[in-house]
Amino acid sequence: MTQDYMNTKQTISKSKIWSWLEEVIDPEIPVLNVVEMGIVRDLEFEDDNVIVKITPTYSGCPAMNAIELEIQKKLKEKGIENFRVVTDYKESWTTDWMTDHAKKKLKDYGIAPPEKTSANDDFLKNLKGSQKIVPCPWCDSMDTFLESEFGSTACKSQYYCNDCDQPFEHFKCI
Amino acid sequence: MSKKITNTKTDKELIIEILLRLADDRLIHGHRLSEWTGHGPELEEDLALANVALDMIGHAAALYRYAAVIEGNPDEDYYAYFRDDIDFKNVAMVELPKGDFAYTITRQFLFSVYSYFLYEKLIETVENEQFNGMLQKHFKEIKYHLRHSREWVLRLGDGTKESHERIQNAFDEIWMYTGELFSMDETEHTAIEKNLFVDVSELKAPWLEFVKETLEEATLSLPDDDQYMFTGSRQGRHTEHLGHLLAQMQFLRRSYPDADWK
Repeated sequence: MTQDYMNTKQTISKSKIWSWLEEVIDPEIPVLNVVEMGIVRDLEFEDDNVIVKITPTYSGCPAMNAIELEIQKKLKEKGIENFRVVTDYKESWTTDWMTDHAKKKLKDYGIAPPEKTSANDDFLKNLKGSQKIVPCPWCDSMDTFLESEFGSTACKSQYYCNDCDQPFEHFKCI
Repeated sequence: MSKKITNTKTDKELIIEILLRLADDRLIHGHRLSEWTGHGPELEEDLALANVALDMIGHAAALYRYAAVIEGNPDEDYYAYFRDDIDFKNVAMVELPKGDFAYTITRQFLFSVYSYFLYEKLIETVENEQFNGMLQKHFKEIKYHLRHSREWVLRLGDGTKESHERIQNAFDEIWMYTGELFSMDETEHTAIEKNLFVDVSELKAPWLEFVKETLEEATLSLPDDDQYMFTGSRQGRHTEHLGHLLAQMQFLRRSYPDADWK
């Protein structure tokens, strides 16, 4: 739809609003914005309202509240008066929605990016298998090991690189 | 006395009841896990338990929020803060005091294996899109909880004499609270007809099989399954521990109902 948002002061296109949302940064991973993360799912106009549909990354992610407030702040700052930020659960967030560009930015920041998820994995069988190998984001070494399933945030696990002797975080794939 | 539950519930009441049962298990378990924050045996484990707690409370919040939309309540807080112990429908297992680290891990393991098989079946069954979407999301996180607790069961069971003894005791003590996970009542039978729930008694076999395999690998023995099993929590008849937990969790919100972060 090419319909525009109109209020008394201005006419705004959807692509303009998308570009504003790209200015909203994930507070836990300050190199990524909420659009690249795949948190903002959709943008709709309903009468004179802008509806922003978001989906939580991890259920327990304490940053979700902050992200919602940041989106509201951004829209207000740009002069949009009527809007709603709605949480949608229909589709569950997956790291596959992260763009390659975003994954590259994560790696440059020192976080090993998530690899592609596979729906056909036999989870229970894999539980007993060996740990997957996550390359070190600093030196690309494969000689790394998992220190903890849970890192500084719910979305990351903690690894250690035996080659460059650096701890690093891995963005878990879900 | 709680009223006898009959299958005269409307569809709306039925879905709310199912959402609350799932949510109550997760809120109370999450609260117990959160008690470890700052007290974990090592920094990584402190973070892990806090993260699992956050996930579980997050699962509960999403389920409560959806129930609130259906029931017309303002938000999820109503269910967490303004109900009494008799209104909570969680299984007793999750309300038991956190005990030592082995006890907490054992409970999390038994509950995560149950949640894994339950959610796997629920996702195949539930037709409601929003509800199913939540289940799919939570299922991904449950896998992490299962992996985390399973590895600790192996480590503690096959660890030192002390850790072996402690975790064996934990399995022996908690076992009498596992029966409730697989018992069915009228509400659940009716919910099955509406594709809102699954027959949990059928989950017992795969659950037991998985637990048994893990215990063998951890050099632990399976507790006697043919023993007295605690019942009644799904109908609001809880152990004394839930009241104490709620007093702590609800006090502030009840004293200052309009308190805000502003």
